[in-house]
Amino acid sequence: MSRLQTRFAELKQQNRAALVTFVTAGDPNYDASLAILKGLPKAGADVIELGMPFTDPMADGPAIQLANIRALEGRQDLAKTLQMVREFRQDEQATPLVLMGYFNPIHKYGVSRFIADAKEAGVDGLIVVDLPPEHNADLCDPAQAAGIDFIRLTTPTTDDKRLPKVLNGSSGFVYYVSVAGVTGAGSATLEHVQEAVTRLRRHTDLPLCIGFGIRTPEHAATIARLADGVVVGSALIDQIANAASSEQAVDGVLSLCAALAEGVRGARA
Amino acid sequence: MTSFRAGPDANGLFGSFGGQYVAETLMPLIHDLAEEYEKAKLDPEFQKELAYFQRDFVGRPSPLYFAERLTEHCGGAKIYFKREELNHTGAHKINNCIGQALLAKRMGKKRIIAETGAGMHGVATATVAARFGMECVIFMGTTDIDRQQANVFRMKLLGATVIPVVAGTGTLKDAMNEALRDWVTNVHNTFYMIGTVAGPHPYPAMVRDFQAVIGKETREQILAQEGRLPDSLVACIGGGSNAIGLFHPFLDDKDVQIVGVEAAGYGIATGKHAASLNGGVPGVLHGNRTFLLQNDDGQIIDAHSISAGLDYPGIGPEHAWLHDIGRVEYTSVTDDEALTAFHTCCRLEGIIPALESSHALAEAFKRAPTLPKEHLMVINLSGRGDKDMQTVMHHMGEQEKHA
Repeated sequence: MSRLQTRFAELKQQNRAALVTFVTAGDPNYDASLAILKGLPKAGADVIELGMPFTDPMADGPAIQLANIRALEGRQDLAKTLQMVREFRQDEQATPLVLMGYFNPIHKYGVSRFIADAKEAGVDGLIVVDLPPEHNADLCDPAQAAGIDFIRLTTPTTDDKRLPKVLNGSSGFVYYVSVAGVTGAGSATLEHVQEAVTRLRRHTDLPLCIGFGIRTPEHAATIARLADGVVVGSALIDQIANAASSEQAVDGVLSLCAALAEGVRGARA
Repeated sequence: MTSFRAGPDANGLFGSFGGQYVAETLMPLIHDLAEEYEKAKLDPEFQKELAYFQRDFVGRPSPLYFAERLTEHCGGAKIYFKREELNHTGAHKINNCIGQALLAKRMGKKRIIAETGAGMHGVATATVAARFGMECVIFMGTTDIDRQQANVFRMKLLGATVIPVVAGTGTLKDAMNEALRDWVTNVHNTFYMIGTVAGPHPYPAMVRDFQAVIGKETREQILAQEGRLPDSLVACIGGGSNAIGLFHPFLDDKDVQIVGVEAAGYGIATGKHAASLNGGVPGVLHGNRTFLLQNDDGQIIDAHSISAGLDYPGIGPEHAWLHDIGRVEYTSVTDDEALTAFHTCCRLEGIIPALESSHALAEAFKRAPTLPKEHLMVINLSGRGDKDMQTVMHHMGEQEKHA
C-alpha cells in the first residue's frame, strides 16, 4: 500500500477525517520552510501538500501568489524543493507528502528526471493544476507507472458527464475545489458541499478531500463531518505573511495547524 | 503535399504545441466554447452577420496599398502595405473582437473580460461590448497603464471598467493571469475574449480564423492588382495574431516566403527582449505549450519591448509549430531599429505606424534593398501609431539629452 492509502485507511479506522495542510516550499525562506514542514506532522497534519513555486500561479489568490513571490525571491527552485522533501523524509516516514503546483517548472526540469528524483526523495503524490486529464500522457501516466499518485482536482463545474474522465486515472485521493474561484477566496455553503460529496461518492471510492476557503478550526470541523479530508492553505500562509520573523512564521503556522487538527479530530466525537 | 493549414488536431495541438493546459474549473467551459465555435463556423447566419459587421462596422476590406515612396527609398522589392491600421479602433484587433462578440451573444454571455497590453485589444473589446450591450472588464498591467494613458481613457469612454494589475511587472502576462483568475471565479456568466492566437484550444485556432480575413483579402487584392501571388509576406509578432491572419491563407503556397518579426528589445544577447522563438525554449503557460522566455527552473522571465503590444514572454502555438517545421522564418528587430523604421514611414508615406508594426517595417527595409524590383512584398501594417505618441516623444527627448 502507498503512504496515502495507508494513511487514509488508518483514519477510516479511527473514524476521523484527515487534516491536509498546504504550504509553499521556500516560504518565507528555505530553513523556516523546512522547520514548518518537519513540525507539521507533530502539529497534527495528516497529509502534507507542498507547493512548488511558480512565477505565474494562475489559479491562486493573493495569499499564495505572495507566498510564491517570497519563495522565488529566496531563490527556491524545484531542485531545492526536492531536497527539502529528502530532508523531511530523514525522520518522517508515515506522513504522505504531495507536491502541488504548475506544469512548467516540471516540464523544464524534464518529466522523467523529475519523476525519478521525486520518487527517490520520498514524494507520494502530485497535484498539477494546469494538467487536466486531456494531458494525462504529459505527466500523470508516467508518474503513476512509477508509483507516484496523481491527485485530481474536481470543481463545481465538473459535471456528471465529465466526472468519469477526471476520476479515471486519479489515485491517492480526490481533491474537491468547493468554489469556482482562486485559492483563498470565499467558501462554499454546507449544502453545496453535501451535494458535491454525494455526487462524487456515486463516481469514486477514493477518499474525498475538500478545500478552498476553509480558515478556522470550527469550519474545518464542519467539513470533517462530511468528507474524508479537509484542506487548509491560504489561512496557514497568512500566518507566514503576517509574521515579523522566521521564528514567528514557524510558530504561527504550527499553532494554527494544531488548532485545526483539534477541530478535525473532535468533529465526529 | 500535406497541408500546413489543417491544424490543430482534435486535441488542439499543432505538432507538439498548443493543447488545453488549464485548471479543471475552466475545462468544461473551454469544451463548450470549442463546440459552439464549430457550430457557428458552419452556420451561414453567423457568417452573414460576421461579414456585415466586418464591412459596415469595421470598414473592411482594408486596402492593399502600394507604398511607392518607400519602394523608391529601398530601391529593391515592390512594397505593399495591408492597411489594417485603417480599421475602426485603429488596428487588426477588432477583426477578432467582432467574431468573439457574436459568439458570446450566441452563447448568451452578458459579461466580457479581456487582457490588454498596448490597450488596442482592450479598446477593441470595449468597443464591441458597447455595441452589443455587454458588461466589459479589462485587465491591464500598471506599467502598461502608465505608457498607454490615451487607450485607458478610450476604454473608459466606451463604458469598460479597467482593472489595474500590479502583480509581476504589470504587463501583458500579468494581465492575462488576472483575467484567468476572474474567469475561474465568474465562470457562469463570463466570456473571456483573448486578444491573440494564444491560450487554450480553441482560442489559437478561433482567433486565427477571425484574423485570416487579412490574408484572404490580401490574396484577392494582390491577384487583382498584380495578377499573381506575392513573393514575400512580413508581419510583427507578439502573440502573433496579425501575423497568422496574414500568413495562414498563404501557408500552402510554397513560393510565398513568409517572415515573422519578433521584438528584440535592447538586443537578444542582453536578455531584455520579447523574442520567444529566437531567445526562448518550449514550455507551458496560459493554457498552451509553446516557446517561452524562462530561466533554468522554468520560471517565466519578463519580456521587454518598446512596444507594449509585443511585450509578452510567449507566442501563439501555431507559430511555434511553423518555426519548428521551418515553414515560416522568424527574425527579430530591436527597439532602435523599429523606431528608425517608424520615423521613415512617417516621413515618406505620411502614415504613422504603430510601434508593433514598425518592427515589420524595419525587417522589410533590411530585405527590400537586396531584392529585385519584380519581387512583391506585403507588409502587414497592423496598427496605427497614435497610441504611441508618448513613448516616441519620451524616446526622442532621451536622444536629445544624450546628443
